[in-house]
Amino acid sequence: MTATYVDGAARQRVPARGGPLRGHRARRWAIVLFTAPFFVLFAAVVIAPLGYALWLSLFKEQSSGLGFGGAQSVFNGLENYLNTVADQAFRDGFLVLAGYSALYIPLMLGGALVLALLLDSGAALLRRFFQLALFMPHVVPGVIAGLIWLYLYLPGISPIVAALRDGGIHWDFLGDRVVSSVVNVAVWEWTGYNMIIYFAALQAIPREVLEAATMDGARGIDVALRIKVPMIRGAVITTLIFTIIGSLQLFNEPVVMDGVSDGIISTWTPNMYAYFEAFGKNNYGQAAAASIMLAALASVLSYFVTKWGNKK
Amino acid sequence: MSRGAVNTFLLVATAYMLLPLTWLLFAATKSLPDLYATPGFAFADLNLGANLSAVAAENDSVFFRWYLNSLLYAGLGAGLGGLISVACGYAFDKYDWPGKEKLFGLVLLGVLVPTTATALPLYLLASKIGVVNSFWAVFIPSLVHPFGVYLARVLSAGYVPGEVLEAARSDGADEVRTFRSVALPMLLPAYVTIFLFQFTGIWNNFFLPLVMLSDQRLFPLSLGLYSWNTQVTAFPEYSTLVITGSLLSVVPLLVVFVLLQRFWRAGMTAGSVK
Repeated sequence: MTATYVDGAARQRVPARGGPLRGHRARRWAIVLFTAPFFVLFAAVVIAPLGYALWLSLFKEQSSGLGFGGAQSVFNGLENYLNTVADQAFRDGFLVLAGYSALYIPLMLGGALVLALLLDSGAALLRRFFQLALFMPHVVPGVIAGLIWLYLYLPGISPIVAALRDGGIHWDFLGDRVVSSVVNVAVWEWTGYNMIIYFAALQAIPREVLEAATMDGARGIDVALRIKVPMIRGAVITTLIFTIIGSLQLFNEPVVMDGVSDGIISTWTPNMYAYFEAFGKNNYGQAAAASIMLAALASVLSYFVTKWGNKK
Repeated sequence: MSRGAVNTFLLVATAYMLLPLTWLLFAATKSLPDLYATPGFAFADLNLGANLSAVAAENDSVFFRWYLNSLLYAGLGAGLGGLISVACGYAFDKYDWPGKEKLFGLVLLGVLVPTTATALPLYLLASKIGVVNSFWAVFIPSLVHPFGVYLARVLSAGYVPGEVLEAARSDGADEVRTFRSVALPMLLPAYVTIFLFQFTGIWNNFFLPLVMLSDQRLFPLSLGLYSWNTQVTAFPEYSTLVITGSLLSVVPLLVVFVLLQRFWRAGMTAGSVK
Protein backbone atom coordinates (compact mmCIF):
# COMPACT_ATOMS: atom_id res chain seq x y z
CA MET A 1 0.00 0.00 0.00
CA THR A 2 1.27 3.43 -0.85
CA ALA A 3 0.25 6.37 1.20
CA THR A 4 0.59 9.88 -0.13
CA TYR A 5 -0.39 13.38 0.82
CA VAL A 6 -3.27 15.11 -0.85
CA ASP A 7 -1.96 18.62 -1.15
CA GLY A 8 -0.23 20.10 -4.13
CA ALA A 9 2.97 20.83 -2.28
CA ALA A 10 3.17 17.23 -1.17
CA ARG A 11 2.77 15.83 -4.66
CA GLN A 12 6.34 16.89 -5.32
CA ARG A 13 7.21 14.10 -2.89
CA VAL A 14 9.59 16.00 -0.72
CA PRO A 15 11.45 13.15 0.96
CA ALA A 16 10.84 13.13 4.68
CA ARG A 17 13.63 12.71 7.14
CA GLY A 18 15.18 9.29 6.68
CA GLY A 19 14.48 9.02 2.95
CA PRO A 20 11.36 8.36 0.93
CA LEU A 21 10.89 4.77 2.03
CA ARG A 22 10.85 5.64 5.70
CA GLY A 23 8.44 8.47 4.89
CA HIS A 24 6.00 6.09 3.23
CA ARG A 25 5.97 3.78 6.17
CA ALA A 26 5.54 6.66 8.63
CA ARG A 27 2.61 7.97 6.62
CA ARG A 28 0.99 4.57 6.53
CA TRP A 29 1.24 4.27 10.29
CA ALA A 30 -0.13 7.76 10.73
CA ILE A 31 -3.16 6.95 8.59
CA VAL A 32 -3.83 3.80 10.60
CA LEU A 33 -3.36 5.64 13.86
CA PHE A 34 -5.73 8.46 12.89
CA THR A 35 -8.49 6.37 11.38
CA ALA A 36 -8.40 3.16 13.45
CA PRO A 37 -10.16 4.47 16.58
CA PHE A 38 -13.16 5.52 14.52
CA PHE A 39 -13.35 2.43 12.35
CA VAL A 40 -12.84 -0.06 15.19
CA LEU A 41 -15.71 1.54 17.09
CA PHE A 42 -17.75 1.88 13.91
CA ALA A 43 -17.34 -1.85 13.26
CA ALA A 44 -18.31 -2.67 16.84
CA VAL A 45 -21.40 -0.50 17.23
CA VAL A 46 -22.72 -0.15 13.66
CA ILE A 47 -21.53 -2.97 11.38
CA ALA A 48 -21.58 -5.80 13.92
CA PRO A 49 -25.09 -5.02 15.22
CA LEU A 50 -26.42 -4.74 11.65
CA GLY A 51 -24.85 -8.09 10.80
CA TYR A 52 -26.17 -9.61 14.00
CA ALA A 53 -29.67 -8.29 13.28
CA LEU A 54 -29.48 -9.88 9.85
CA TRP A 55 -28.46 -13.20 11.44
CA LEU A 56 -31.10 -13.00 14.16
CA SER A 57 -33.81 -12.26 11.65
CA LEU A 58 -33.26 -15.70 10.12
CA PHE A 59 -33.84 -17.63 13.36
CA LYS A 60 -36.71 -18.37 15.64
CA GLU A 61 -36.63 -19.09 19.35
CA GLN A 62 -38.42 -22.36 19.98
CA SER A 63 -39.06 -23.96 23.32
CA SER A 64 -37.90 -27.55 23.15
CA GLY A 65 -40.14 -30.54 23.79
CA LEU A 66 -42.45 -30.02 26.74
CA GLY A 67 -41.11 -26.56 27.43
CA PHE A 68 -38.31 -27.76 29.72
CA GLY A 69 -34.69 -26.93 29.16
CA GLY A 70 -35.16 -23.41 27.82
CA ALA A 71 -35.46 -22.16 24.29
CA GLN A 72 -33.53 -23.13 21.20
CA SER A 73 -32.72 -21.13 18.10
CA VAL A 74 -34.02 -22.77 14.98
CA PHE A 75 -33.17 -21.64 11.45
CA ASN A 76 -36.24 -20.16 9.99
CA GLY A 77 -35.32 -18.75 6.58
CA LEU A 78 -37.40 -15.74 5.64
CA GLU A 79 -40.25 -16.76 7.91
CA ASN A 80 -39.74 -13.81 10.28
CA TYR A 81 -39.91 -11.37 7.37
CA LEU A 82 -43.06 -12.97 6.01
CA ASN A 83 -44.67 -13.04 9.45
CA THR A 84 -43.80 -9.40 10.02
CA VAL A 85 -45.17 -8.28 6.67
CA ALA A 86 -48.27 -10.39 7.23
CA ASP A 87 -48.84 -8.83 10.64
CA GLN A 88 -51.66 -6.30 10.46
CA ALA A 89 -50.09 -4.25 13.28
CA PHE A 90 -46.85 -3.77 11.30
CA ARG A 91 -48.74 -2.75 8.16
CA ASP A 92 -50.90 -0.36 10.15
CA GLY A 93 -47.69 1.16 11.47
CA PHE A 94 -46.65 1.98 7.92
CA LEU A 95 -50.04 3.51 7.22
CA VAL A 96 -49.61 5.78 10.24
CA LEU A 97 -46.09 6.59 9.05
CA ALA A 98 -47.33 7.37 5.53
CA GLY A 99 -49.99 9.72 6.86
CA TYR A 100 -47.50 11.32 9.20
CA SER A 101 -44.87 11.84 6.48
CA ALA A 102 -47.37 13.17 3.93
CA LEU A 103 -48.31 15.86 6.41
CA TYR A 104 -44.99 16.46 8.14
CA ILE A 105 -42.40 16.56 5.35
CA PRO A 106 -44.01 19.18 3.05
CA LEU A 107 -45.19 21.26 6.01
CA MET A 108 -41.86 21.29 7.83
CA LEU A 109 -39.45 21.61 4.86
CA GLY A 110 -41.80 24.01 3.06
CA GLY A 111 -42.08 26.13 6.19
CA ALA A 112 -38.31 26.11 6.66
CA LEU A 113 -37.77 27.16 3.04
CA VAL A 114 -40.30 29.99 3.23
CA LEU A 115 -38.79 31.29 6.47
CA ALA A 116 -35.26 31.12 5.04
CA LEU A 117 -36.34 32.99 1.88
CA LEU A 118 -38.06 35.65 3.97
CA LEU A 119 -34.96 36.09 6.12
CA ASP A 120 -32.83 36.31 2.99
CA SER A 121 -35.21 38.69 1.21
CA GLY A 122 -33.68 41.88 2.55
CA ALA A 123 -37.01 42.97 3.97
CA ALA A 124 -36.44 41.16 7.27
CA LEU A 125 -35.42 43.16 10.31
CA LEU A 126 -33.59 41.63 13.28
CA ARG A 127 -32.27 38.71 11.24
CA ARG A 128 -30.01 37.31 13.94
CA PHE A 129 -32.76 37.42 16.54
CA PHE A 130 -35.21 35.63 14.26
CA GLN A 131 -32.72 32.92 13.37
CA LEU A 132 -31.87 32.25 16.99
CA ALA A 133 -35.48 32.30 18.19
CA LEU A 134 -36.68 30.02 15.39
CA PHE A 135 -33.81 27.60 16.07
CA MET A 136 -34.44 27.38 19.84
CA PRO A 137 -36.91 24.46 19.81
CA HIS A 138 -34.31 22.27 18.14
CA VAL A 139 -32.14 22.51 21.25
CA VAL A 140 -34.94 20.93 23.29
CA PRO A 141 -34.52 17.12 23.40
CA GLY A 142 -37.24 15.21 21.51
CA VAL A 143 -38.60 13.56 24.63
CA ILE A 144 -38.85 16.86 26.48
CA ALA A 145 -40.49 18.48 23.44
CA GLY A 146 -42.99 15.62 23.49
CA LEU A 147 -43.62 16.16 27.21
CA ILE A 148 -44.12 19.95 26.84
CA TRP A 149 -46.57 19.52 23.98
CA LEU A 150 -48.32 16.68 25.78
CA TYR A 151 -49.26 19.15 28.51
CA LEU A 152 -50.24 21.71 25.86
CA TYR A 153 -52.63 19.09 24.43
CA LEU A 154 -54.08 18.05 27.79
CA PRO A 155 -57.58 19.39 28.54
CA GLY A 156 -57.63 21.07 31.94
CA ILE A 157 -54.01 22.22 31.80
CA SER A 158 -53.55 23.38 28.20
CA PRO A 159 -54.10 27.08 27.45
CA ILE A 160 -54.51 26.11 23.78
CA VAL A 161 -57.39 23.72 24.40
CA ALA A 162 -58.96 26.34 26.66
CA ALA A 163 -58.61 29.11 24.05
CA LEU A 164 -60.09 26.92 21.33
CA ARG A 165 -62.97 25.97 23.58
CA ASP A 166 -63.69 29.64 24.30
CA GLY A 167 -63.79 30.14 20.56
CA GLY A 168 -66.32 27.34 20.24
CA ILE A 169 -63.92 24.75 18.83
CA HIS A 170 -63.68 21.35 20.52
CA TRP A 171 -60.51 19.78 19.22
CA ASP A 172 -59.29 16.57 20.84
CA PHE A 173 -55.52 16.65 20.31
CA LEU A 174 -55.00 13.20 21.77
CA GLY A 175 -57.88 11.34 20.13
CA ASP A 176 -58.36 10.07 16.58
CA ARG A 177 -56.48 12.99 15.07
CA VAL A 178 -53.38 12.47 17.18
CA VAL A 179 -51.25 12.11 14.01
CA SER A 180 -51.55 15.84 13.38
CA SER A 181 -50.57 16.51 17.00
CA VAL A 182 -47.41 14.42 16.62
CA VAL A 183 -46.68 16.18 13.31
CA ASN A 184 -46.95 19.50 15.13
CA VAL A 185 -44.31 18.47 17.70
CA ALA A 186 -41.92 17.41 14.92
CA VAL A 187 -42.57 20.60 12.92
CA TRP A 188 -41.83 22.61 16.05
CA GLU A 189 -38.56 20.75 16.62
CA TRP A 190 -37.16 20.68 13.08
CA THR A 191 -38.34 23.74 11.12
CA GLY A 192 -35.77 26.11 12.62
CA TYR A 193 -32.93 23.65 12.13
CA ASN A 194 -33.62 23.20 8.43
CA MET A 195 -34.28 26.90 8.02
CA ILE A 196 -30.74 27.64 9.22
CA ILE A 197 -29.33 25.18 6.67
CA TYR A 198 -31.33 26.77 3.84
CA PHE A 199 -30.43 30.25 4.99
CA ALA A 200 -26.72 29.39 5.01
CA ALA A 201 -27.02 28.00 1.49
CA LEU A 202 -28.93 31.10 0.32
CA GLN A 203 -26.26 33.36 1.74
CA ALA A 204 -23.66 31.46 -0.29
CA ILE A 205 -25.32 32.34 -3.63
CA PRO A 206 -23.08 34.83 -5.43
CA ARG A 207 -24.65 38.26 -5.12
CA GLU A 208 -23.89 39.10 -8.78
CA VAL A 209 -26.37 36.44 -9.90
CA LEU A 210 -29.13 38.02 -7.85
CA GLU A 211 -28.18 41.55 -8.89
CA ALA A 212 -28.31 40.58 -12.56
CA ALA A 213 -31.80 39.14 -12.09
CA THR A 214 -33.01 42.24 -10.27
CA MET A 215 -31.62 44.48 -13.03
CA ASP A 216 -33.57 42.41 -15.56
CA GLY A 217 -36.64 43.50 -13.64
CA ALA A 218 -37.49 40.24 -11.87
CA ARG A 219 -39.66 40.72 -8.79
CA GLY A 220 -38.77 39.48 -5.30
CA ILE A 221 -40.97 36.39 -5.43
CA ASP A 222 -39.75 35.48 -8.94
CA VAL A 223 -36.13 35.81 -7.84
CA ALA A 224 -36.89 33.60 -4.85
CA LEU A 225 -38.66 30.84 -6.78
CA ARG A 226 -36.84 30.88 -10.14
CA ILE A 227 -33.30 31.63 -9.04
CA LYS A 228 -32.74 31.15 -5.33
CA VAL A 229 -34.60 27.86 -4.81
CA PRO A 230 -33.00 26.08 -7.80
CA MET A 231 -29.58 27.26 -6.63
CA ILE A 232 -29.92 25.67 -3.21
CA ARG A 233 -31.29 22.41 -4.57
CA GLY A 234 -28.36 20.48 -3.07
CA ALA A 235 -29.28 21.63 0.43
CA VAL A 236 -32.95 20.82 -0.19
CA ILE A 237 -32.12 17.27 -1.34
CA THR A 238 -29.80 16.69 1.64
CA THR A 239 -32.38 17.87 4.15
CA LEU A 240 -35.07 15.83 2.40
CA ILE A 241 -32.98 12.66 2.81
CA PHE A 242 -32.31 13.31 6.50
CA THR A 243 -35.95 14.17 7.09
CA ILE A 244 -37.13 10.95 5.45
CA ILE A 245 -34.71 8.88 7.54
CA GLY A 246 -35.78 10.71 10.68
CA SER A 247 -39.48 10.23 9.90
CA LEU A 248 -39.05 6.50 9.38
CA GLN A 249 -37.66 6.24 12.91
CA LEU A 250 -40.61 8.00 14.53
CA PHE A 251 -40.61 6.80 18.14
CA ASN A 252 -39.86 9.31 20.93
CA GLU A 253 -42.77 11.72 20.58
CA PRO A 254 -45.55 9.11 20.22
CA VAL A 255 -44.07 6.93 22.99
CA VAL A 256 -44.21 9.90 25.35
CA MET A 257 -47.90 10.38 24.48
CA ASP A 258 -48.70 6.68 24.45
CA GLY A 259 -49.94 6.49 28.05
CA VAL A 260 -52.26 9.47 27.75
CA SER A 261 -53.55 9.36 24.19
CA ASP A 262 -56.34 7.03 23.13
CA GLY A 263 -55.17 7.40 19.53
CA ILE A 264 -51.73 5.83 20.09
CA ILE A 265 -51.21 2.12 20.63
CA SER A 266 -47.98 0.33 21.54
CA THR A 267 -47.31 -0.72 17.91
CA TRP A 268 -48.33 2.65 16.44
CA THR A 269 -45.20 3.13 14.27
CA PRO A 270 -42.88 0.44 12.79
CA ASN A 271 -40.18 1.36 15.30
CA MET A 272 -42.61 1.03 18.18
CA TYR A 273 -43.63 -2.31 16.67
CA ALA A 274 -40.01 -3.53 16.67
CA TYR A 275 -39.54 -2.34 20.25
CA PHE A 276 -42.74 -4.06 21.36
CA GLU A 277 -41.86 -7.32 19.57
CA ALA A 278 -38.46 -7.35 21.30
CA PHE A 279 -39.29 -6.20 24.80
CA GLY A 280 -43.02 -6.86 25.06
CA LYS A 281 -43.01 -10.31 23.46
CA ASN A 282 -39.32 -11.35 23.54
CA ASN A 283 -39.62 -12.13 19.85
CA TYR A 284 -36.16 -10.94 18.84
CA GLY A 285 -36.18 -12.59 15.42
CA GLN A 286 -39.24 -10.72 14.31
CA ALA A 287 -38.06 -7.48 15.93
CA ALA A 288 -34.78 -7.81 13.99
CA ALA A 289 -36.66 -8.48 10.75
CA ALA A 290 -38.75 -5.34 11.30
CA SER A 291 -35.63 -3.24 12.03
CA ILE A 292 -33.82 -4.58 8.96
CA MET A 293 -36.77 -3.80 6.72
CA LEU A 294 -36.92 -0.29 8.11
CA ALA A 295 -33.17 0.23 7.53
CA ALA A 296 -33.49 -1.19 4.01
CA LEU A 297 -36.39 1.12 3.26
CA ALA A 298 -34.33 4.07 4.54
CA SER A 299 -31.45 3.28 2.20
CA VAL A 300 -33.69 2.61 -0.80
CA LEU A 301 -35.51 5.91 -0.29
CA SER A 302 -32.25 7.86 0.19
CA TYR A 303 -30.88 6.26 -2.97
CA PHE A 304 -33.88 7.32 -5.04
CA VAL A 305 -34.01 10.81 -3.60
CA THR A 306 -30.31 11.28 -4.37
CA LYS A 307 -30.76 9.96 -7.88
CA TRP A 308 -33.79 12.13 -8.46
CA GLY A 309 -31.88 15.12 -7.07
CA ASN A 310 -28.92 14.58 -9.38
CA LYS A 311 -31.03 14.11 -12.47
CA LYS A 312 -33.07 17.26 -12.27
CA MET B 1 -44.34 41.09 -0.30
CA SER B 2 -44.12 44.22 1.73
CA ARG B 3 -41.64 44.72 4.52
CA GLY B 4 -44.47 44.71 7.05
CA ALA B 5 -45.90 41.41 5.83
CA VAL B 6 -42.50 39.70 5.88
CA ASN B 7 -41.78 40.77 9.43
CA THR B 8 -45.29 39.97 10.65
CA PHE B 9 -44.94 36.46 9.25
CA LEU B 10 -41.56 36.03 10.94
CA LEU B 11 -42.98 37.31 14.23
CA VAL B 12 -45.87 34.83 14.10
CA ALA B 13 -43.45 31.96 13.42
CA THR B 14 -41.25 33.12 16.30
CA ALA B 15 -44.25 33.21 18.63
CA TYR B 16 -45.10 29.64 17.65
CA MET B 17 -41.55 28.54 18.44
CA LEU B 18 -41.23 30.39 21.74
CA LEU B 19 -44.69 30.10 23.30
CA PRO B 20 -44.32 26.46 24.42
CA LEU B 21 -41.05 27.35 26.17
CA THR B 22 -42.68 30.41 27.75
CA TRP B 23 -45.55 28.24 28.94
CA LEU B 24 -43.03 25.84 30.50
CA LEU B 25 -41.51 28.77 32.39
CA PHE B 26 -44.92 29.80 33.77
CA ALA B 27 -45.98 26.24 34.55
CA ALA B 28 -42.81 25.51 36.53
CA THR B 29 -43.72 28.28 38.97
CA LYS B 30 -47.14 26.84 39.83
CA SER B 31 -48.49 24.37 42.36
CA LEU B 32 -50.47 21.41 41.03
CA PRO B 33 -53.93 22.93 41.77
CA ASP B 34 -52.88 26.23 40.17
CA LEU B 35 -51.64 24.37 37.11
CA TYR B 36 -55.23 23.37 36.46
CA ALA B 37 -56.99 26.41 37.86
CA THR B 38 -55.06 29.38 36.43
CA PRO B 39 -54.51 30.56 32.83
CA GLY B 40 -51.45 29.07 31.15
CA PHE B 41 -49.72 32.36 30.40
CA ALA B 42 -50.17 34.06 33.74
CA PHE B 43 -48.46 33.78 37.09
CA ALA B 44 -50.27 32.31 40.08
CA ASP B 45 -48.84 32.07 43.60
CA LEU B 46 -45.14 31.60 43.16
CA ASN B 47 -44.40 27.97 43.89
CA LEU B 48 -41.12 27.57 42.01
CA GLY B 49 -39.05 27.06 45.19
CA ALA B 50 -41.31 24.27 46.40
CA ASN B 51 -41.30 22.64 42.95
CA LEU B 52 -37.53 22.77 42.79
CA SER B 53 -37.12 21.20 46.20
CA ALA B 54 -39.69 18.54 45.28
CA VAL B 55 -37.64 17.70 42.16
CA ALA B 56 -34.47 17.66 44.25
CA ALA B 57 -35.93 15.46 46.96
CA GLU B 58 -37.75 12.91 44.83
CA ASN B 59 -36.43 9.37 45.10
CA ASP B 60 -33.19 10.11 46.99
CA SER B 61 -32.26 13.07 44.77
CA VAL B 62 -32.16 10.84 41.73
CA PHE B 63 -32.71 13.88 39.48
CA PHE B 64 -29.18 15.12 40.17
CA ARG B 65 -27.86 11.67 39.33
CA TRP B 66 -29.67 11.93 35.96
CA TYR B 67 -28.25 15.38 35.40
CA LEU B 68 -24.74 14.19 36.16
CA ASN B 69 -25.25 11.12 33.96
CA SER B 70 -26.40 13.25 31.02
CA LEU B 71 -23.39 15.51 31.47
CA LEU B 72 -21.06 12.50 31.57
CA TYR B 73 -22.62 10.66 28.62
CA ALA B 74 -22.78 13.80 26.50
CA GLY B 75 -19.73 15.68 27.79
CA LEU B 76 -17.22 12.83 27.85
CA GLY B 77 -18.82 11.14 24.83
CA ALA B 78 -18.64 14.25 22.67
CA GLY B 79 -15.23 15.23 24.08
CA LEU B 80 -13.61 11.93 23.19
CA GLY B 81 -15.83 11.17 20.19
CA GLY B 82 -15.10 14.60 18.72
CA LEU B 83 -11.38 13.92 18.90
CA ILE B 84 -11.84 10.53 17.21
CA SER B 85 -13.87 12.17 14.44
CA VAL B 86 -11.39 15.02 13.95
CA ALA B 87 -8.42 12.66 13.67
CA CYS B 88 -10.26 10.46 11.18
CA GLY B 89 -11.61 13.36 9.10
CA TYR B 90 -8.15 14.95 9.06
CA ALA B 91 -6.65 11.72 7.69
CA PHE B 92 -9.34 11.57 5.00
CA ASP B 93 -8.58 15.14 4.02
CA LYS B 94 -4.78 15.21 4.13
CA TYR B 95 -3.67 11.73 3.07
CA ASP B 96 -4.32 9.51 0.09
CA TRP B 97 -4.50 5.75 0.14
CA PRO B 98 -6.01 3.08 -2.09
CA GLY B 99 -9.71 2.60 -1.43
CA LYS B 100 -10.02 5.85 0.49
CA GLU B 101 -13.17 7.08 -1.20
CA LYS B 102 -14.85 3.69 -0.79
CA LEU B 103 -14.09 3.80 2.91
CA PHE B 104 -15.48 7.34 3.06
CA GLY B 105 -18.62 6.05 1.35
CA LEU B 106 -18.97 3.63 4.26
CA VAL B 107 -18.79 6.56 6.68
CA LEU B 108 -21.51 8.37 4.74
CA LEU B 109 -23.60 5.20 4.78
CA GLY B 110 -23.14 5.21 8.55
CA VAL B 111 -24.74 8.67 8.64
CA LEU B 112 -27.80 7.19 6.94
CA VAL B 113 -28.27 4.06 9.10
CA PRO B 114 -31.23 4.63 11.43
CA THR B 115 -29.84 4.54 14.97
CA THR B 116 -32.86 2.60 16.12
CA ALA B 117 -32.01 -0.22 13.70
CA THR B 118 -28.72 -0.82 15.49
CA ALA B 119 -30.00 -0.31 19.04
CA LEU B 120 -31.91 -3.59 19.38
CA PRO B 121 -29.10 -5.89 18.15
CA LEU B 122 -26.66 -3.77 20.14
CA TYR B 123 -28.69 -4.54 23.25
CA LEU B 124 -28.55 -8.26 22.52
CA LEU B 125 -24.80 -8.16 21.87
CA ALA B 126 -24.26 -6.14 25.04
CA SER B 127 -26.27 -8.60 27.09
CA LYS B 128 -24.15 -11.45 25.68
CA ILE B 129 -20.95 -9.86 26.92
CA GLY B 130 -22.65 -8.76 30.13
CA VAL B 131 -22.37 -4.97 29.84
CA VAL B 132 -26.07 -4.30 29.44
CA ASN B 133 -27.46 -1.94 32.10
CA SER B 134 -24.09 -0.27 32.62
CA PHE B 135 -22.57 3.14 31.92
CA TRP B 136 -20.53 1.69 29.06
CA ALA B 137 -23.55 0.29 27.24
CA VAL B 138 -24.68 3.83 26.52
CA PHE B 139 -21.31 5.58 26.49
CA ILE B 140 -19.38 3.49 23.95
CA PRO B 141 -21.99 3.53 21.14
CA SER B 142 -22.29 7.29 21.69
CA LEU B 143 -18.63 7.80 20.74
CA VAL B 144 -19.30 6.94 17.10
CA HIS B 145 -20.49 9.92 15.09
CA PRO B 146 -20.10 9.43 11.31
CA PHE B 147 -21.47 12.89 10.59
CA GLY B 148 -18.60 14.25 12.72
CA VAL B 149 -16.06 12.53 10.46
CA TYR B 150 -17.75 14.04 7.43
CA LEU B 151 -17.72 17.51 9.01
CA ALA B 152 -14.09 17.08 10.08
CA ARG B 153 -13.02 16.28 6.53
CA VAL B 154 -14.83 19.30 5.11
CA LEU B 155 -13.58 21.64 7.86
CA SER B 156 -10.02 20.31 7.75
CA ALA B 157 -9.88 21.20 4.05
CA GLY B 158 -10.98 24.70 4.97
CA TYR B 159 -8.94 25.34 8.12
CA VAL B 160 -5.61 23.55 7.60
CA PRO B 161 -3.50 24.62 4.62
CA GLY B 162 -1.28 21.81 3.31
CA GLU B 163 1.74 24.15 3.11
CA VAL B 164 1.80 24.58 6.86
CA LEU B 165 1.96 20.83 7.36
CA GLU B 166 4.70 20.58 4.75
CA ALA B 167 6.69 23.21 6.58
CA ALA B 168 6.35 21.32 9.84
CA ARG B 169 7.47 18.11 8.16
CA SER B 170 10.54 19.67 6.60
CA ASP B 171 11.38 21.01 10.06
CA GLY B 172 11.62 17.36 11.04
CA ALA B 173 8.31 16.88 12.85
CA ASP B 174 6.84 13.39 12.45
CA GLU B 175 3.24 12.82 11.35
CA VAL B 176 1.73 12.52 14.82
CA ARG B 177 3.56 15.56 16.07
CA THR B 178 2.52 17.53 13.00
CA PHE B 179 -1.09 16.63 13.71
CA ARG B 180 -0.89 17.34 17.41
CA SER B 181 0.99 20.60 17.49
CA VAL B 182 0.27 22.12 14.07
CA ALA B 183 -3.02 20.82 12.67
CA LEU B 184 -4.99 20.30 15.89
CA PRO B 185 -4.78 23.90 17.10
CA MET B 186 -5.99 25.04 13.66
CA LEU B 187 -8.82 22.52 13.89
CA LEU B 188 -9.99 23.79 17.27
CA PRO B 189 -13.06 25.64 15.90
CA ALA B 190 -13.93 22.51 13.90
CA TYR B 191 -13.59 20.44 17.06
CA VAL B 192 -15.95 22.73 18.98
CA THR B 193 -18.49 22.53 16.13
CA ILE B 194 -18.32 18.73 15.99
CA PHE B 195 -18.41 18.55 19.79
CA LEU B 196 -21.61 20.62 19.86
CA PHE B 197 -23.38 18.45 17.31
CA GLN B 198 -22.39 15.25 19.05
CA PHE B 199 -23.18 16.66 22.49
CA THR B 200 -26.77 17.51 21.51
CA GLY B 201 -27.09 14.16 19.74
CA ILE B 202 -26.12 12.25 22.88
CA TRP B 203 -28.05 14.57 25.22
CA ASN B 204 -31.19 14.01 23.12
CA ASN B 205 -30.73 10.27 22.62
CA PHE B 206 -33.60 8.37 24.14
CA PHE B 207 -33.90 5.05 22.33
CA LEU B 208 -30.48 3.63 23.26
CA PRO B 209 -30.71 4.36 27.02
CA LEU B 210 -34.31 3.13 27.00
CA VAL B 211 -33.19 -0.18 25.50
CA MET B 212 -29.98 -0.58 27.51
CA LEU B 213 -30.74 0.65 31.00
CA SER B 214 -33.02 -0.64 33.73
CA ASP B 215 -31.24 0.83 36.75
CA GLN B 216 -32.74 4.27 37.46
CA ARG B 217 -29.42 5.52 38.78
CA LEU B 218 -27.85 5.18 35.32
CA PHE B 219 -30.61 7.03 33.44
CA PRO B 220 -29.90 10.22 31.51
CA LEU B 221 -32.31 13.13 32.00
CA SER B 222 -34.70 12.43 29.13
CA LEU B 223 -35.21 8.80 30.15
CA GLY B 224 -35.61 9.80 33.80
CA LEU B 225 -38.22 12.46 33.04
CA TYR B 226 -39.99 10.00 30.77
CA SER B 227 -40.11 7.47 33.60
CA TRP B 228 -41.61 10.10 35.92
CA ASN B 229 -44.17 10.97 33.29
CA THR B 230 -45.35 7.35 33.05
CA GLN B 231 -46.45 7.71 36.70
CA VAL B 232 -48.59 10.80 36.07
CA THR B 233 -51.83 8.93 35.37
CA ALA B 234 -51.64 7.18 38.74
CA PHE B 235 -50.01 10.01 40.71
CA PRO B 236 -50.90 13.46 39.28
CA GLU B 237 -48.36 15.18 41.56
CA TYR B 238 -45.67 13.92 39.19
CA SER B 239 -46.89 16.54 36.69
CA THR B 240 -45.13 19.36 38.52
CA LEU B 241 -41.99 17.23 38.83
CA VAL B 242 -41.97 16.53 35.09
CA ILE B 243 -42.61 20.18 34.18
CA THR B 244 -40.04 21.65 36.54
CA GLY B 245 -37.52 18.93 35.65
CA SER B 246 -38.04 19.62 31.95
CA LEU B 247 -37.34 23.31 32.47
CA LEU B 248 -34.16 22.51 34.40
CA SER B 249 -32.93 20.19 31.67
CA VAL B 250 -33.62 22.62 28.81
CA VAL B 251 -32.19 25.86 30.23
CA PRO B 252 -28.45 24.96 30.20
CA LEU B 253 -28.66 23.76 26.60
CA LEU B 254 -30.37 26.97 25.52
CA VAL B 255 -27.68 29.04 27.22
CA VAL B 256 -24.85 27.02 25.65
CA PHE B 257 -26.37 27.35 22.20
CA VAL B 258 -26.86 31.08 22.47
CA LEU B 259 -23.27 31.52 23.64
CA LEU B 260 -21.75 29.21 21.01
CA GLN B 261 -23.80 30.34 18.00
CA ARG B 262 -20.75 30.84 15.82
CA PHE B 263 -19.81 27.17 16.07
CA TRP B 264 -23.08 25.48 15.28
CA ARG B 265 -23.62 27.90 12.45
CA ALA B 266 -20.25 26.85 11.02
CA GLY B 267 -21.25 23.20 11.14
CA MET B 268 -24.61 23.74 9.50
CA THR B 269 -23.06 25.87 6.78
CA ALA B 270 -20.51 23.16 6.02
CA GLY B 271 -23.31 20.61 5.95
CA SER B 272 -25.38 22.60 3.49
CA VAL B 273 -22.96 23.49 0.73
CA LYS B 274 -21.32 20.14 0.06
